[in-house]
Amino acid sequence: MASNHYDSIRERTRNFCIVAHIDHGKSTLADRMIERTGLLTSREMQDQVLDNMDLERERGITIKSQAVRLIYKAKDGVEYIFNLIDTPGHVDFNYEVSRSLAACDGAILVVDATQGIQAQTLANVYLALEHDLDVFPVINKIDLPSAMPEEVKQEIEDVIGIEAEDAPLISAKQGVGIEDVLEAVVAKIPAPEGDAQAPLQALIFDSLYDSYRGVIVFCRIREGLIRKGMTVRMMATGATAEVVEVGYFGPGQFIPCDELAAGQVGYFTASIKNIKDARVGDTVTEHARPCAEPLPGYKKAQPMVYCGLYPADSAKYPDLRDALEKLQLNDASLFFEPETSLALGFGFRCGFLGLLHMEVILERLEREYDLDLISTAPGVVYKVYKTDGTMIELTNPSNLPDPAKIEHMEEPIVSAEIMVTTEFIGSIMQLCQERRGRYLDTEYIEETRAILKYELPLNEIIYDFFDALKSRSRGYASFDYDLKGYETSELVKMDILVNKEPVDALSFIVHAAGAYDRGRKMCEKLKEEIPRQLFDVPIQAAVGGRVIARETVRQLRKDVLAKCYGGDISRKKKLLEKQKEGKKRMQIVGNVEIPKEAFMNVLKLDSGN
Amino acid sequence: MNEKIHRGPVSLYLHFPFCERKCRYCDFLSGPARAEEREDYIELLCREIRLRAREVTESEATAPVDTIFIGGGTPSLMTPEQAERLMQAIFSHYNVMDNAEISMEVNPGTADLAKLRAYRSAGINRLSIGVQSFDDAELRLLGRIHTSDQARRIFHMAREAGFSNINLDLMSALPGQNIETWSKTLREAVALQPSHLSAYSLIIEEGTPFARMFSQKELPALPSEEEDREIYHFTKKFLAENGYRRYEISNYAREGYECRHNCGYWTGHEYLGLGLGASSDLGGMRFKNPDQMSLYRKRIEERNAAALRCEKQEMTREDRMEEFMYLGLRMTSGVSEKEFEDRFGIPLEVQFGDVLRRHISQNLIRRLPGDSARPALPGNSGQAAFPGNGGRLVLTEYGLDVANYVMADYLL
Repeated sequence: MASNHYDSIRERTRNFCIVAHIDHGKSTLADRMIERTGLLTSREMQDQVLDNMDLERERGITIKSQAVRLIYKAKDGVEYIFNLIDTPGHVDFNYEVSRSLAACDGAILVVDATQGIQAQTLANVYLALEHDLDVFPVINKIDLPSAMPEEVKQEIEDVIGIEAEDAPLISAKQGVGIEDVLEAVVAKIPAPEGDAQAPLQALIFDSLYDSYRGVIVFCRIREGLIRKGMTVRMMATGATAEVVEVGYFGPGQFIPCDELAAGQVGYFTASIKNIKDARVGDTVTEHARPCAEPLPGYKKAQPMVYCGLYPADSAKYPDLRDALEKLQLNDASLFFEPETSLALGFGFRCGFLGLLHMEVILERLEREYDLDLISTAPGVVYKVYKTDGTMIELTNPSNLPDPAKIEHMEEPIVSAEIMVTTEFIGSIMQLCQERRGRYLDTEYIEETRAILKYELPLNEIIYDFFDALKSRSRGYASFDYDLKGYETSELVKMDILVNKEPVDALSFIVHAAGAYDRGRKMCEKLKEEIPRQLFDVPIQAAVGGRVIARETVRQLRKDVLAKCYGGDISRKKKLLEKQKEGKKRMQIVGNVEIPKEAFMNVLKLDSGN
Repeated sequence: MNEKIHRGPVSLYLHFPFCERKCRYCDFLSGPARAEEREDYIELLCREIRLRAREVTESEATAPVDTIFIGGGTPSLMTPEQAERLMQAIFSHYNVMDNAEISMEVNPGTADLAKLRAYRSAGINRLSIGVQSFDDAELRLLGRIHTSDQARRIFHMAREAGFSNINLDLMSALPGQNIETWSKTLREAVALQPSHLSAYSLIIEEGTPFARMFSQKELPALPSEEEDREIYHFTKKFLAENGYRRYEISNYAREGYECRHNCGYWTGHEYLGLGLGASSDLGGMRFKNPDQMSLYRKRIEERNAAALRCEKQEMTREDRMEEFMYLGLRMTSGVSEKEFEDRFGIPLEVQFGDVLRRHISQNLIRRLPGDSARPALPGNSGQAAFPGNGGRLVLTEYGLDVANYVMADYLL
């Protein structure tokens, strides 16, 4: 086909995403745009079409990138092809955001007319600008009585430095101003570049595993084109495969087409069975006519939070491994390696970008893969400098070397920015103080809102910092952080001993000053969770062999059915069966039977207050 | 099935599902009813007795019946004539052995000398008196209809009526009870010199008024686990000093007066349950009668014995092995290794070796050599006496306290 055919399509294409702070209305705007371009009638329209994971819908957050193609007939009479790529909004998912951004040429910035710029507004805009995207703002929620569109426009220009004077004023919820947004996409977002005749060069920005079709690769075609029957090669892994199907994204479905040319966003399947062969960030090219070099891809995200994950039923270990592999396929930031625990058996040490990322992965494993999991206390990566001059990066407290061989230890420190209304500054500062925070500065954005700047040890915020922050600011504070670096710190390893035996799954690293408190709480909690045994069971918290807290689970004194005559026998059997079931869910540690839930419940321990 | 179906004598259980007033802790199938309803029921029960007689057979003949137990409810609400009619129905349709143990439960608030004499002459030879406590405040709290004085009077009347084999039912671990109030009840009970004593610790059952009162904190505090066990251990010691041997978790008797009927439940003796909701274990099958009166009546009026059997459970060899352990271990004489092997064709320590070794090492179970074992059952003819060779496995004192924990390990 003539190249001007491809050029014509390319020039009518707009690849963009919507970025916003949580709850500023990103998904609702996406829904309205889909609806307005006639893809779905509003009756067919389920709220938030793009957020199709259960978890996303429930929490109102976007975790996985989704994409959809819209056809928009603009006021100039031309039909445009919009590829709208949804991006996650949470700080933990920056990595996913940057993947999605690499498939876009521009971004719509949604700002809430009542709240103005929030921490993640900034984080996401900066990310978009880093990717050389053209960003234009949209002011949402103008229907609310407290909307201050003019102030917010001013704020956007002052704080971010992008032009906001003619930003569309909309209410995504009520469908007001959507037309203006669609026109602005045509006018303000550039058409993609690329030559359909050149050798294929496509970026994998996401992928999905489908048990029928194998790996479904989401890609942005930079140069050339991809079509059915073509043999492609993944440049990093070297894997080759014959393309079975190409297509683009309908809302919630895949729509096959003949080919995807430079500038387009879509998917292909190629009977790729091994999910490791199609890595996100890799470049796809044609095997017979490869491009000169791969696209830059993505910077690999470094996991910041680690925990051990174990199947509650040890027979499910292979299932857990499969599930982790599948999740890793489209979440390259998820790290895992096998580990063994005396208490919990075989499992994996997993690394996450942050605590929410961890929670999301746990929930997905439990819901989508139907796994019953036990997770150990989340920890960060410590640097342990040994007396022999070597350094190890410690992700599992059990691997801490003998204290005598440790020269010193360092822990990760983050620079945190907490956006808060001024009335809560006091309580938030107190919280940061309790969490060993180092105060840096307060920056007033306007009279009633300020950004508190702190340096905080990461291990102090991985437990329940978000929750504490929300509860102490009645939900108003928002929080963003960046890894600043490592600092020397007085850290100790806390061991929990049950009946004098250390339970590896319960060990954790803690700052010396908070050790006693944490140890005491851990013992108290564990006492509630361990059922009475046939003997007294001491529970102790110890630092470096010295016991700093102790509780005792008293011996089981009575567990007997007083009466058992003819009519009671069937009932008695049911009772014993229940008891036997209970025993099955126990993990034997030393000679103590501990219910598996106990580990989970103890580890949920809120560390702060 | 590999198991030998146990043929030989069987036991009969007769259920009388009426009482004057429901006690606050009671979750049995029982409730108040008018005299006409009770009479109506006795008639139904007599019809069932006739209807089912041929279910209890040994080759062609009716199997011998070695124990009978009339429980409730409050069977002592039966008039002398009703008791007479009931027993007559049994004697004429079943092969009741001459030395059969025939027990009946009596509520001290519902009997008098004339009634007790009539029961005795109807053939009943053992009474189980529901005393529960000799403390009137405790009796009121339980919602019992009698006083401690009535209990004492009834006991003496029972003696006068010719009953030499009498059990007193007592309840420990009552709300607000402590070892002092309990020992008073025990002393009073022993002073009467009954042949048998049962001491149950109270279980607060779901759906009873006690459960509601307990959750709404209307009851005095229950004894703690520790106090409850202290009470049990005290009971055992005190009663032993007075000539009563503990032979089951909650049962004590003078030598030779162990309740044969109840021992049958713990040793796999077959039994046929008659009356509303009564359970049976017969011919390799567990089942129970309907517990809806209308359905029960309908089945009997249809003369449909097969349809009376509800919740039928075919007992497998595994089921029986489990029962052998978790029922047998309730008795202080425990289980016989030889009897296990004779019944199931596999040595007990092969079947349960790991668990057994663990329990022995945890001091939950003791193994007694054969020759030191005492016979478990008092002269239950037709039932093989426990052999002198082959050991016995018994729960230790602590094993008895945590019996459920131990027994659950014998489920296959």
